[in-house]
Amino acid sequence: MSTIRNQFSSLHDLREKAPIFLAVLFGTTIYASVCNLWVPEESIFHVTTYTITLLGKYLCYALLALSVDVVWGYCGILSLGHGAFFALGGYTMGMYLMRQVGDRGVYGDPLLPDFMVFLDWQELPWFWHGFDQFWVAMLAMILVPGLLAFVFGWLAFRSRVAGVYLSIMTQALTYALMLAFFRNEMGFGGNNGLTDFKDILGFNLQSDNVRVALFLCSAVVLALAYCLSLLIMSSRFGRVILGVRDAENRARFIGFKTENYKVSLFVYSAILAAIAGALYVPQVGIINPGEFSPLNSIEVVVWVAVGGRGTLYGAIVGALLVNYAKTRFTAVFPEAWLFALGALFVSVTIFLPQGLMGLIKDKRSVTGKLFFWRKGRKPEEEIV
Amino acid sequence: MKFNKLIKATAAALSLTLSFSALAADTIKVGVLHSLSGTMAISETTLKDTVLMMIEEQNKKGGLLGKQLEAVVVDPASNWPLFAEKTRELISKEDVDVIFGCWTSVSRKSVLPVIEELNGLLFYPVQYEGEESSKNVFYTGAAPNQQAIPAVDYLMNELGVKRWVLAGTDYVYPRTTNKILEAYLIAKGVSPDDIMINYTPFGHSDWQSIVSDVKKFGSTGKKAAVVSTINGDANVPFYKELGNQGVSAEDIPVIAFSVGEEELSGLDTAPLVGHLAAWNYFQSVESDENTAFIEQWKTFIKDDKRVTNDPMEATYIGFNMWAKAVEKAGTTDVDSVEQAMIGITTPNLTGGIAVMNSNHHLSKPVLIGEIQDDGQIETVWETDGTVIGDAWSNFLPSSKDLISDWTAPVSCGNFNTKTAKCSGQNF
Amino acid sequence: MISLVKHILGITLLIFSFAISAADEVELDLRQISQQLVGAKLKALPVIIKQFEAGGEVALPMLDAMLKGRLFIRKSDKLIVVGERQENGDYALMDALSAESLTALPKKQLKKVKVNNRLRMQLRDIIARVTLFSADPDIRESAVRNMLNKTSKDNIAMLEQAKNVETDSSVMELIDLALAINVLTTSDIQAERLSALEIMDGSLEPIVFNTLSTLLAQDDAGNNLEADKVIREKALKLKNSIQQEIDFYELMEKLFFGLSLGSVLLLAATGLAITFGVMGVLNMAHGELIMIGAYTAYVVQLLMPNTLEYSILVAIPAAFLVAGAVGVLIQRGVIRFLHGRPLETLLATFGISLILQQAVRSIFSPLNRQVVSPSWLSGSWELNPIFSLTYNRLYILFFALLVFFILQLVLKRTSLGLNVRAVSQNRGMAKAIGVRTEWVDAMTFGLGSGIAGIAGVALSQLTNVGPNLGQAYIIDSFMVVVFGGVGNLWGTLVGAFSLGMLNKFLEPVTGAVLANIVILVSIILFIQKRPRGLFPQKGRAAE
Repeated sequence: MSTIRNQFSSLHDLREKAPIFLAVLFGTTIYASVCNLWVPEESIFHVTTYTITLLGKYLCYALLALSVDVVWGYCGILSLGHGAFFALGGYTMGMYLMRQVGDRGVYGDPLLPDFMVFLDWQELPWFWHGFDQFWVAMLAMILVPGLLAFVFGWLAFRSRVAGVYLSIMTQALTYALMLAFFRNEMGFGGNNGLTDFKDILGFNLQSDNVRVALFLCSAVVLALAYCLSLLIMSSRFGRVILGVRDAENRARFIGFKTENYKVSLFVYSAILAAIAGALYVPQVGIINPGEFSPLNSIEVVVWVAVGGRGTLYGAIVGALLVNYAKTRFTAVFPEAWLFALGALFVSVTIFLPQGLMGLIKDKRSVTGKLFFWRKGRKPEEEIV
Repeated sequence: MKFNKLIKATAAALSLTLSFSALAADTIKVGVLHSLSGTMAISETTLKDTVLMMIEEQNKKGGLLGKQLEAVVVDPASNWPLFAEKTRELISKEDVDVIFGCWTSVSRKSVLPVIEELNGLLFYPVQYEGEESSKNVFYTGAAPNQQAIPAVDYLMNELGVKRWVLAGTDYVYPRTTNKILEAYLIAKGVSPDDIMINYTPFGHSDWQSIVSDVKKFGSTGKKAAVVSTINGDANVPFYKELGNQGVSAEDIPVIAFSVGEEELSGLDTAPLVGHLAAWNYFQSVESDENTAFIEQWKTFIKDDKRVTNDPMEATYIGFNMWAKAVEKAGTTDVDSVEQAMIGITTPNLTGGIAVMNSNHHLSKPVLIGEIQDDGQIETVWETDGTVIGDAWSNFLPSSKDLISDWTAPVSCGNFNTKTAKCSGQNF
Repeated sequence: MISLVKHILGITLLIFSFAISAADEVELDLRQISQQLVGAKLKALPVIIKQFEAGGEVALPMLDAMLKGRLFIRKSDKLIVVGERQENGDYALMDALSAESLTALPKKQLKKVKVNNRLRMQLRDIIARVTLFSADPDIRESAVRNMLNKTSKDNIAMLEQAKNVETDSSVMELIDLALAINVLTTSDIQAERLSALEIMDGSLEPIVFNTLSTLLAQDDAGNNLEADKVIREKALKLKNSIQQEIDFYELMEKLFFGLSLGSVLLLAATGLAITFGVMGVLNMAHGELIMIGAYTAYVVQLLMPNTLEYSILVAIPAAFLVAGAVGVLIQRGVIRFLHGRPLETLLATFGISLILQQAVRSIFSPLNRQVVSPSWLSGSWELNPIFSLTYNRLYILFFALLVFFILQLVLKRTSLGLNVRAVSQNRGMAKAIGVRTEWVDAMTFGLGSGIAGIAGVALSQLTNVGPNLGQAYIIDSFMVVVFGGVGNLWGTLVGAFSLGMLNKFLEPVTGAVLANIVILVSIILFIQKRPRGLFPQKGRAAE
């Protein structure tokens, strides 16, 4: 009971924090963009293009983390397969970018992407048609992952598959998709995936202006997704979702069709993940089946857990922090990164069930937590 | 708000501790882009060590152009987008003059746009499927015509093989190689019924059915052989199954393109004696350069049991060529070095001379070897001279008109001789 | 040339009569021939080797050593020797012809006589001809079998001679078969050929089927290559009956493959069925416990280098203990703090799996390690020429079942098992009547982990021992447990074998990759239909 009230107060808290969050987000992105484009390279204030692409990548990850938080933090659905939606979104964008290459591929074929030419494909597979139009790609980006999430969610939630079963099923889903996309017969470039993109909407992908534009675009989308999620969660719909999370059977007895709520939320979250993927691909320049790997999806969950689930901005902060640490760590002690990541998983779940954000909200300090834990005090009521 | 401070403090601390590395004296920086963690670490760590060894050696000789060489090692963690990101970091942040790196095709494909955009220089040391020639990349591993085609010739002419199993892991290298081989075999008059093509996923571990199929395919009275492009991890269970099902090298020889000394060191090779491998280098080759190299490697790595393999030789050749080209050009500037590279020769480890051709591929000898019970591979056949690496296969309909020549007047990696066009170049 | 062959044949036969005096002479001759090996090019070797046949059994040790790659040239005096590697890396030597033992030398002072596949084939042929009259019927049998596929005129002549003196019935059958095939393909007399077909009836040797296929083949215009209609009809009947048998054994083989894959899945999943099924703990580090078991097998093998044949037997309990101990540590150190929070357990154990993987990578290097297969686990059990079962998979199948049933016994017949069942069915009640639930939790988890360790030992015989070993099996194991029904060990058994079978029957149709995908997708759909798996646990414990 107490957790529910906590959550409502935290929603209130969230609305209060939203302007701060947005200000920080736009402040840093605009600052970085200006310093990249207009500050001369010699100046110490210059931000390199390398940093811009790196930050752009982080923002996409943050959006992905947000999408996981929406289902996990607010509805208790632990998806270990959100990487699948992310990658599907990425593939739709990749297909569009591939078609944009046109006859500038190494074989000069006006229609077929290079990987099809040298594997001797004679014609474009049917599902590649239309992807030369940006709007078709955008539509596919929403429809394909959305539909997959709908079918999967509809089947799973209707038969009341929940908890760890659902987690394992989502993991199996992304694993199956990974195997499928590895197959060259699928027509998505197999293990190599899609790469060597030239331009987007007629703009050269390698120019600094386009990179900054994509980076800003990611920030705007992240802000929009954040506000939209906030709105959803504070609406009546959001309250039902919270109800479902905390006591699904009760919600059902009261008369809510809980599965409908869950499916809708799941689809919404999948679409967010797909958009993140679509923004990610032009910035990193490659999409391949490795993105479907179950390890990736589960890593996203840890970003959310580190930041603090059920807080939206927590997920974003978590994603940024862990990825920053990863970039740093792998540069200095590559061997130690897995140890650090593993320890993060363990320590966050044991010591910080509410994540870093929970730490701030909670008046108690880390040491206090440790103290209580040592005394054998039961961990806080589980909210899953 | 306390929290924000915390973040800022940690971030500041992190960047402080990590930024001192950039301020070194005037050195030539060599980027090393090999995975040190993740699935590819198993193969790539060796190459990282090889580059470090070569740098150490070069520095002992006084460096290059009077400067010491400095290695900048990064870990792309077997993560393909990370390869692109780390390349950007190496070139634009660390200002390296050259990069030695990549193993898988996908990692090279991921790096390619970045290295072309930033005009860097990459030495790629692994045998690959061809169908590529970038101005900024030098390919020191074998192209299909330097490995696959001679191997098939050997089986056909020396062992009288009539039926062919082309077995591979489902990714681009086996797919392309098998496409080339299929076209080649059919051109040689092999009936399509006598070719069986099979693809398996990465890390495939249950080979019972496939080995049994191969056995049946080979028991029709005509001599059969397996041409294996099976990748890394999947080889161990494959060979184990072959051994256990009693497929001996005399009945159905297996010739592998991705199995070298390093892969064999994790395997009891007694049941595999006589199976074949095709490379451009074996540790067992007797030459002065090779003896010295093995000695140097064992001392550097401080392990007497470590083996050497073909990608290490490719790294060795690539590094020596680059050093020579830098000295010839008198600068590390990419464009000058790139032009200086063409025509450079250095001794390879098999007692011959490696030449860098104008298509950025090497001339190499092709060796066919048989696996021995001590995990080594003994040469049983080799080409008379060296074979020039062919960037674009003549056996693929899409690429038979393409040539690569980075010298004037063509100066193009994919020049179409029919249309006289050079497609998709943006420099 | 022909006179030489006759000469050789003569000598081969002579050996039997004038064994002793001739042997010395032959040895002298051979020594001269063998000196030609010194400095010979690979291409020149076939001609040299050919001459050894004249040496008959005296040359046999030399031929055999060459076949096995153990023939060396002593660099100091160019003597041809047989070398055997010793513990210290030196080679124990003996004279290739006189079998006199010589002082051991390091590898550097020896030069190996090169062999390749072609030479090996030639050597095998020579050995077959030389040993055709050996005293050991098994050796004779393999000699005849080798000649079965190479029916040259000389071979047939030799086989006919051998037939006259052969006493062993199974060798006799093979000789008859070889001669019959020869008659069928070379003779013109219908009656002879018909009786040859009679002899070939019922033989599953591939050569028989191939001979019949060639006989029945048609040329491009659709004309039969074999003119004789009677022979054709008889051959066709024979071929069809052989085809039937082949089909039958192919099905058997597929079944065995399915069972074998199933047994691997069963081994991998049994431990999980306990930790997840009985305790409800979702242990993502399960795969790494399997990996620890496999590495334990590797370490045990390092510790007992002189008894490699049996190190695997020691490794089984060792792996159980090591993996079990790690399991107890994980349970006491992490999982017990997360009781009742399955999703958090999942995340924490996933973290542990990353740590274990990296730990192994740091300790043992990222390279794969080699666990030697003892000879009793290598090779295959040949039931007939077209059907054989590989020993390692056969043993693993029995081993998996054994582990499963022992586990059942432990759960059903021991006090630990009673406690485990009590705690899993009603924790509160069990606690109330004095069961030390914490202790039971730790032990159960240790048991499940230990079994994962045992699975690792078995897998070390099939696949790579490397840091990624566990990851390859974790998703499959989960699928098996969920598919079979959580909390039900029998469900795991049925689940493992049915998934194994399904995979092996799909694979020929769809290819290995698609088979995997199809199975995953169907399990996902199946779970949507029956969320509690094939055999749901009944009663209160299910909620």
